[in-house]
This record gives sequence, structure tokens and C-alpha cells, in this order.
Amino acid sequence: MTKEEIIKTVNNFLVEEFEVDAAKITPEANLRETLDLDSLDYVDLVVVIESHFGFKVVGEDFVNIHTFEDFYMYCFNKVQEKAVA
Amino acid sequence: MNRVVITGIGAWSCLGKNIEEVKNSLFTGKSGIGFEQIRKDMGYRSALTGIVETPVLKGLLDRRARVSMGQPAEFAYMSTSEALRMANMEPDWIEKQEVGIIFGNDSVAQSTMEAIDTVRAKKDTMLVGSGATFQSMNSTVTMNLSTIYKLKGINFTLAAACASGSHSIGMGYLLIRTGLQQQVICGGAQEVNPYTFGSFDGLSAFSIRENEPTKASRPFDKDRDGLIPSGGAATVILESLESAQKRGAKILAEVIGYGFSSNGDHISNSSVDGQTRSLEMSLRDAKLSPKDIDYINAHATSTPGGDRVEAQAIHQVFNECNTPVSSTKSMTGHECWMAGASEIVYSTIMLQNDFIAPNINFENPDEDSQKINIIAQTKQTPLNIVLSNSFGFGGTNSTLIIKKFN
Repeated sequence: MTKEEIIKTVNNFLVEEFEVDAAKITPEANLRETLDLDSLDYVDLVVVIESHFGFKVVGEDFVNIHTFEDFYMYCFNKVQEKAVA
Repeated sequence: MNRVVITGIGAWSCLGKNIEEVKNSLFTGKSGIGFEQIRKDMGYRSALTGIVETPVLKGLLDRRARVSMGQPAEFAYMSTSEALRMANMEPDWIEKQEVGIIFGNDSVAQSTMEAIDTVRAKKDTMLVGSGATFQSMNSTVTMNLSTIYKLKGINFTLAAACASGSHSIGMGYLLIRTGLQQQVICGGAQEVNPYTFGSFDGLSAFSIRENEPTKASRPFDKDRDGLIPSGGAATVILESLESAQKRGAKILAEVIGYGFSSNGDHISNSSVDGQTRSLEMSLRDAKLSPKDIDYINAHATSTPGGDRVEAQAIHQVFNECNTPVSSTKSMTGHECWMAGASEIVYSTIMLQNDFIAPNINFENPDEDSQKINIIAQTKQTPLNIVLSNSFGFGGTNSTLIIKKFN
């Protein structure tokens, strides 16, 4: 998967499944503030990432994810790691 | 003691997705039964079922609300939103009261099965998602609706097999009558999917008249061969007369009697003694005699044994009155956990519009049903007081009496 494909997939599930306003999704925007996730939503984000990209997020991974760009890169790197493995 | 009135009704059933559609189906004797191939593919003896559409809630509720709702809660949201609109209860007003909710529901098999299948496949409990627990519990209806509508009164689910919906109205009635509550959202919900009743089918309880789906449910008819599973949701808004009048609400009917009993006997067989005691208690509670009842909405599900016993119990109590009787399950199939509530909704529609919905497919009586006055064709007649029976596994019996308001 290219990074562009990752971005398209992430944005698509955030808009379609998490009902995030597409206009608010920019690379620099703060992920947590934009998504307004509570602990239950976080579980659903883990599920949707697993179903689209085939890896499971662990809580510690999210510590360093602040912006959408951080999130895209995190997913991209995880998918690359999985492909190499 | 407060008088208890009905100020709103709502339905999502195989007879229609709102009260107007349901009224037309009841009046014209339209069956909601069909054949569903997936049941046959799964090994069901009978692929007959009530055909109930799954509501589309996207656009009506946000994601957080939707992901926690099992199928009974989805159905119940639709019937309850209709009933609240009819009762003219706005969300802002509801939030400032102590409105309660008691709903009958006794399974959420589909959500439970799907969650377990996911855990088995993924070997990871988190991957079932955040909503699985809230979807899978019997209280999925009340926990979700109380959250959506910000209800602050009594809040619980009532599980009493196929009498769940009726007892929920009975409980709401008692709470309002004694003054503990002023408004209670009551009802019943029943999931409709092939996961729900596989083992019930295995007990040979279902009709196998698959070549004639709309003729398969034939309560009291000599040639009945079993029930047809069905479902959806029905909601009845109960309110004290004082509250309804203070709000200027339109009053649809008054609940004047509730009777109940337990057979104390077999787990699935009906009991004339148990049903008779429930009927007699409801009449005592309403301070009525059998001759005062204008119409009986029977529980009769189209099983050979159950209908026979109910016909005997009705005959025993109503004997010389020749009271008109019909089972709307001839059109709906057996709406199980929802049935007691939906049949109060159907009875309220009949009361308001002065007609008796037909017991369709009643062609030939048997030895017991010939002793009671079964209405096989729609009958337009003034109705003032209506009685509704509901019975469930484990021998739980419930009878409600409603009256035109005056």
C-alpha cells in the first residue's frame, strides 16, 4: 500500500464510520480533538484499523500520535513492517 | 389511586412500519408472513417468518448511539420515537421529568452469536468492538433508549418469555397507579433473524405450511400445525390522567385492569387453571364482570396445544357471554417478547376505530374453539372495553384490560 492509499483509506473510514466532518481532516489537525474519542470509541478505532490494515494497535503506540499526519505515517509504517515480515 | 391512560402508541412490525400502516393491515386482514431461504439453508424445519425490515438509523442517531444497539433496540427506537411523537412528548420536556421505561425483551441472540464468532475467529476480545456488550444484553432496549432520551425514572427490562411485553405494561400501570411514576414508556421488542429460534424450530413448534406462508398462521383453526416466529417492536406511552390532562395530551385509551398468574407446572405446556386465574384477576382489578368485555385479543399462537387450552380458559370464564375473540397472530405470527405490547397497540387501534381485526385463516373450528365466538372476518362494531391475553414459557400469564377514555 502506498502512503496515498493509506491516507485515502483512513480518511474514508473516519468519514464513513466515525462520521468525522471531512473538512476538518487535514494533515496538521489534532487527531484526538478532531475525533473527540472516548474510551469506547478508541476500541472501535482499533477494530477498524485491524479490519482495513490487518494489524492491531496497542495503546502505547498512540502516545506519540498527535496529528493526522502522525496517524497516516504510523499506519503506513505498520503496513510496511507487516509486508516485510 | 391514579387513573392510567395511554397517550402514545408506536409500532414497527410485519404489519407495517407505523401505526397508520398497521391499522390498514389489521383492517384488511393482511398477513405479514413470508418464506426466508436462509433459514432453510441453516437447517430449519420451517423457513417461515414474519418479514420485518431492519430500520436504517444512520442519519437518525449518531454512531456512538448506534453501535450499542442490538436488533431489538433498533426496532424499539423506531416504535418509541413514533409513540413519543404521538404523545407530543418532546426531548427537552422528557429530560426535565422523571419519565420511566420498562420494556419486555428476552433475547439478543444475533448480537451474542456474532460477538462470539468474532472472538473465536480473531482470538482477541477487543476486536468485537465497543458495542458488543451493550448489544448482547437483554436490557439492550432499555439501556439504549434511556440513554438516547435521557430518561430519569424507572429503568429496567422485563424478561417473561412471550408475556414480557404485556407484563411491562402491567408494571408501568401499577407504578403510575400508585403514584410512584407519572409517565412510563412501556413496550416489547423481539429480534427477527435466523439465530434466534433454531432450537424452538427443533421442537417442531413452527408451522411447516411453507407452500402457503400467509395461510400458515391459523390460530384456533382445526388444521393449525404450529406458530410462525415474528417480531419487531411496539411501544405504549402510559401516563397518569393528571399528567396527561395537565399537558393537554390526546388520550387514546385507559388501562383499567391487570391480572397475572403462574401455572406452577410444566415448562412449556399451557394451563387452563393458570390462564383462568389471570383472566379473573384482571376482571377483579378492573371491577368488571365478563359480560362487560366487548372483545378479547387472544394470545393464541396457532399451536395445537396452546390454542386448545386458551379456548377452554376463555370458555370457562366468559361462558354464556359469546364475547368476540380473535388472534391477531393469524396475521403477525408470534411476536414473542413483543407480543403482549404489540397486541395492546393493535387493540388500541381497534378501540379507537371501532372494528375487530379478523382471525384470518380460521376456516374450521375444533372441539374447543367451536365453543367461543371467533371473528374470522373484519367486524365494524362499537368497542368500549377490550381484554388482551399473553402467556409465556414457564407458565407466566398476563392479562390487560383497556377502555375507551371518557
